[in-house]
Amino acid sequence: MNISQHFPVMIVIIPLISAVIIPLIGRIRRIYGWYVSIAATFSSFLISISLLMTVFEKGRISYWLGNWEPPWGIEYVVDYLSGFVLVVISFIAFIITVYSIKSVGKEIPEHRITPFYSIYMLFVAGLLGMIITGDIFNLYVFIEISSLAGYALIAAGRKRDALIASYNYLILGTIAATFILLGIGYLYMVTGTLNMADLRERLPLLYDSKVVRTAFAFFTVGLSIKIALFPLHIWLPNAYTHAPSVVGALQAATATKVGVYAMIRIMFTVFKPQFILEVVPVSQIFLFLSAVAIIAGSVLAIGQRDIRRMLAYSSIGQIGYIVLGIALANKSSIIGSLIHILNHALMKGGLFLVVGAVVYKTGITDIDDFKGLGKRMPFSMAAFTIGALSMVGVPLTVGFVSKWYLALGALQAGMWVFVPVILISSLLSAVYFWRVINNIYFKDDGVPARIDDAPAGMLMPAFTLAACCIIFGIAAFIPVYITGFAAEMLLRG
Amino acid sequence: MEIITSVKPLLVVSVSLLGVLLIAASARKPNLRESWTILTALTKFSLVVSMLPLILKGNVIEYFLISVLPGLDIKFRVDAFGIFFALTSSFLWIINSFYSIGYMRALKEHAQTRFYVCFAIALSATMGIAFSANIFTLFIFYEALTICTYPLVIHKETPEAIRGGKRYLTYLLGTSIGFQLFAIFLTYNIAGTLEFSNHGILAGKGSDFLLTIIFILFIAGIGKGALMPFHSWLPAAMVAPTPVSALLHAVAVVKAGVFTIIKIVLFVFGVDLASKLGLGHGLAYLASFTIIAASIVALRQDNLKLRLAYSTISQLSYIILGVALLSPDGITGGIMHIIIHAFGKITLFFTAGAIYVATHKTNISELDGIGKQMPFTMTAFTIASLSMIGIPPAAGFISKWYLVLGSIEAHQIPIIIVIAASTILNACYFLPIVYAAFFKELPPGEKRERKEAPAFMVVSLMLTAIGTLFLFFYSSALLDLVNIVTAGVTGGN
Repeated sequence: MNISQHFPVMIVIIPLISAVIIPLIGRIRRIYGWYVSIAATFSSFLISISLLMTVFEKGRISYWLGNWEPPWGIEYVVDYLSGFVLVVISFIAFIITVYSIKSVGKEIPEHRITPFYSIYMLFVAGLLGMIITGDIFNLYVFIEISSLAGYALIAAGRKRDALIASYNYLILGTIAATFILLGIGYLYMVTGTLNMADLRERLPLLYDSKVVRTAFAFFTVGLSIKIALFPLHIWLPNAYTHAPSVVGALQAATATKVGVYAMIRIMFTVFKPQFILEVVPVSQIFLFLSAVAIIAGSVLAIGQRDIRRMLAYSSIGQIGYIVLGIALANKSSIIGSLIHILNHALMKGGLFLVVGAVVYKTGITDIDDFKGLGKRMPFSMAAFTIGALSMVGVPLTVGFVSKWYLALGALQAGMWVFVPVILISSLLSAVYFWRVINNIYFKDDGVPARIDDAPAGMLMPAFTLAACCIIFGIAAFIPVYITGFAAEMLLRG
Repeated sequence: MEIITSVKPLLVVSVSLLGVLLIAASARKPNLRESWTILTALTKFSLVVSMLPLILKGNVIEYFLISVLPGLDIKFRVDAFGIFFALTSSFLWIINSFYSIGYMRALKEHAQTRFYVCFAIALSATMGIAFSANIFTLFIFYEALTICTYPLVIHKETPEAIRGGKRYLTYLLGTSIGFQLFAIFLTYNIAGTLEFSNHGILAGKGSDFLLTIIFILFIAGIGKGALMPFHSWLPAAMVAPTPVSALLHAVAVVKAGVFTIIKIVLFVFGVDLASKLGLGHGLAYLASFTIIAASIVALRQDNLKLRLAYSTISQLSYIILGVALLSPDGITGGIMHIIIHAFGKITLFFTAGAIYVATHKTNISELDGIGKQMPFTMTAFTIASLSMIGIPPAAGFISKWYLVLGSIEAHQIPIIIVIAASTILNACYFLPIVYAAFFKELPPGEKRERKEAPAFMVVSLMLTAIGTLFLFFYSSALLDLVNIVTAGVTGGN
């Protein structure tokens, strides 16, 4: 029997088992917990690459859990879309894990480090499971695994505010999960199946059913809370701000992206594109909401003093971009959305990692205190600058590529009004990043310049992400090629 | 016409990036550092000159670097127009480098390494603009030029400088992202290509209304051309050290703006389409308004650099006006004015800087009798003023001559009145300075002694002043080059 046959399940099982191993092995030495996490996320990353390559060779992979044939058993599916997202998320998880140890050592009490990594692995397992599963109830299970782990990770923050933030997120997250579960229940009620592909076959006959429409509404609202789509975003800024730096980075770079992925799955795989475009006008609602989110997130980011809060509000705007592309629902726009998932994971992850390094080195989180950091932490600040450029969407960064496709998508859909929205928000993000960059490089704090940058263990991961922003901005054909297949697959009626 | 593939355009662009490394590496040894600047400038100029013979024979040099996305290539093409602009900027960079040494050292300016580094990058970006083969490549270098000149504008790091810098960025980034990028999206969406072509790429690709919108977006989006109402960044940028105002804000940056406008008018829209839609007329009237309005504002300025800045705004619109006439002579006049104004205005700024270094005077009302203290400087000032007004034997006459011919050719008699009126205004704001310098008495308490600026500066400004005379007598080689451009865009296929 060939081991690679079981890769789809292993990508989830490996972090899941690590979550159990870490408390045991962590008793020997705490650092071993970190080693196991690195090994687990790295193997998940390698497996995800192998899976994506297999998809390109042989097409869609369907894995039957416990060899139970779907739709009775649980099916894991790797196609162009899930393959792509798996690679992105597992890569980011790996990089952040490598980065984590110094920051975790500083921000989390020593006796909690081992449980921290255990929960961290549960979180990653939950995310990867959400991506790969082809079963809608299994999706719910993984959403809950990652969410519960997420609440715990956020609560590990240093201050009491972290508990409040986590609690708020818990309440809203639970409401969201309940909605999703209700949606699943309704669909099961009318179709008798939980398998996504099977649902896709059965649902079109029932598109007029009120139950199905109610189910869809529950999904939409539930997932909108999960991805913090404006105006359902209120849990997010506090959660990102008060969480430990590593968790902030991980949440910002992965959690909402996977939420969006789940939304794409529901909208395009469980339902068909024609449902959201023609049967119920939900794409219209999303278009409107995403435009508001893009502008509002950017405007709110301008007013922030805390750098993490600024990045958090910026995330709300960026989620708007991704949803905009989905709602426009043509090939270019979906390519734009999917590349923006990659882009946002890379740049927001990188930016949060740099902020974590600054916190580690100086404890600074206030933007006004960034003065002169360009001289003291030149390497970290260089990585920050690259991330910021990609966020603005400067050509030759991956941020430009996603905006290019989103704008083309809007024009092709005949909705040119969204082009100014994209451009204005680029300008707004230039404004709020410029405030930081100006402090970093062009304002002196009077302290004599002496290079005192973060340790290499933190710099290298941040630089890897920043470098990827540029690599995929220049060699943009790689993600465009992959997401092109994914977009075609999604739009096939 | 033959297309020759050569790596030279890339070398021209990247040679000063290499220079940047050397300049930064020798930050502690000022003499070595400045030698690198000079050496880089010389290399760059000779590389440009080495391409000249091929271009004069009517060939085109191309170099394809990389394709970022389908339709978005980074590609260089050296044609007659591009090399014309490149020659102007790279030649004046050599002189300006000598001048900078004198200026920066005499005033013991801080952060000189940053100054020279940003200068070198700015020249790279300028060459990139000159040699862009498509709008995308041009846009990249256009934005790069904005960003790398920001540290030069805020060099003094005073609150006033930061304010000026903010306005600089707001106008240049705001217009380019808000309007120019929008226009690029629209252009690509309807034309499917962004390559410059002698006869435009937009003819017959969209409704007249849409094409007009694209045109307006482009013109509004090229803030560097300082067309009213997007001009106020240029006076704000005068807070920069004078060498920056001289080379960048009289030559490289602003000429990059008009260069881009011309590229859009002639090589994206094409003469035929622009005249069919009446776009040339609209642009010509906007330019005429700018010429007159900016001249009137210039009259009221007492600060010498500000008066020169408003004069620049007015003179840039001559160039735009000439091209907007869409007649061969008009285009010739416009393009010739790029180099003629460059030599004249850089001389004027050089003298303003020399006066500041020698006497710390910045206002015109303080210049009474200064010709007796600084005879060489003020002689150069006089020659350059004559060129600005358009009196032979200074080169300004040539461009005005062609502009008038062009207006007659285009049957635009009102334009001749504009040119005449502006000539009178030019005389009104330059000649009183010359008069005061040579014929008014020195203020009481100042001695009639030689007080010239350092030799580096005086020699530089004498050279550029002689250049304006030289251009009058030896304009034929340049006219050959310009004729290739006009023949290309106005001739048959």
